[in-house]
Amino acid sequence: MVNSKYFFKGFKLIKSLDSPALALGASFIAIGALLKNIGFNLEQSIFSTFLTYALPGSLVMAESFLVGASLINIFLAVWLVNTRLYPMTVSLMPLLLHKSQPRWKYYLSCHFIAVSAWLIMKGNYQSIGKKHRIDFWIGIGTGTWLIAIVSTIIGFLASDYLNKDMMIGLAIVNPVYFTCMMVGEMKNLQINLSIILGAILGPAFFFISPEWSILYGGVLAGTVAYFIGELK
Amino acid sequence: MSEISSNIILVILVTSFATYLSRFLGVVSSEKIKETSKIFKWFNCIAYSVLAALIARMIVFPAGELSESDIFIRLFVVVASVVIFLFNKRNLVYPTVLSAILLALLNNYL
Repeated sequence: MVNSKYFFKGFKLIKSLDSPALALGASFIAIGALLKNIGFNLEQSIFSTFLTYALPGSLVMAESFLVGASLINIFLAVWLVNTRLYPMTVSLMPLLLHKSQPRWKYYLSCHFIAVSAWLIMKGNYQSIGKKHRIDFWIGIGTGTWLIAIVSTIIGFLASDYLNKDMMIGLAIVNPVYFTCMMVGEMKNLQINLSIILGAILGPAFFFISPEWSILYGGVLAGTVAYFIGELK
Repeated sequence: MSEISSNIILVILVTSFATYLSRFLGVVSSEKIKETSKIFKWFNCIAYSVLAALIARMIVFPAGELSESDIFIRLFVVVASVVIFLFNKRNLVYPTVLSAILLALLNNYL
C-alpha cells in the first residue's frame, strides 16, 4: 500500500514556512461562503470540494449555476477552465512513475492535481527517490485536499458573518497566492518565458474569445517559450 | 429530494467529472512519456503558461465579487503582494493576508 514514512513526509510539508496552507484555506473559505450564498447546503458544499478540488473550476460552477446555465454549458465551462490540469498531469506523472508501484495509485491520486499540490511537488520531488515519489505525492495531495475541505466548511459556517468588504478581500487571496507561487517557481528561461508570455496572452485572447482565452493564450505562450528555450 | 437539491447534486457531479477527465487523460498519456523527452518539456512549458494565463485572467477580467473592484487597484494589490513575497523569504502568509486587507481598504477609500 502507501509507504507511511514518505506519505507523512509529504503531508507535513503543509506546515512548512513557505506553506500554502493559509492561502489555500482562505481561498476555500471564500468558496464555502460563495456556495452557501448560491443556495448549496453544508453537505453539498463539502461534497463539491471533496469531488472537484480545483478552485477555478468551482468558481465557474458557482457562476454558471447562479445564472441558470444548463448542465451541458456547466460541463463545457468547467472543462475549459480545467483543461490546464491535462498538461499539469502530463508534466508531473512521468516524474512519479515507477515499475514497482501499482497503477491505481496514479489514477486515484491524480485527483489531487491542483495548483497548490502541483507546485509543492514540482518544488520538492528531487529530494525523494523515484520509487517513493508517488507516496510522497499522495501525502502532499491529502494534506492540501483536507485543508480545502475543512476551509469550505469554515467558509460555509462563517458566511453570515462575512460582509461585502471581507468577501472582496477573500476573493483576491486566490489570485495573489497563485501569482506568488508562480513567481517562486521562476528559475530557468523556459519556465520564466512560459509564465510571462502566458500572463500577457491569456488576458489578450480574452478580447477574441473569453471562453477559449486561457487555452489559446496558454498553449501559444508555452509553445513559443519552449522553442525559444530550445534554441538557446 | 426536492428538484433544486437533486439539481445541485447533478451540477456537482458534472463539475467533478469535467475536472477529473483532464487529470485522468493526463495519467493515460503519461504512461508513454519519458521525463527526459522533448514532449515532456513542451508540456511542462504549456502547464506553466496555461496556469499563468488563467491567473492573469482572474485578475484582469474577474468574475463574481472581484469584478466590483477597480482593475488598477487589483493590479496594484497583486504587484505589492509579490514584492512583499520576495522580500520576506518567500513566505506566503504575509502577502496573502495583506492582499485581502489592502484590497478591502483601497476599494472603500479610493
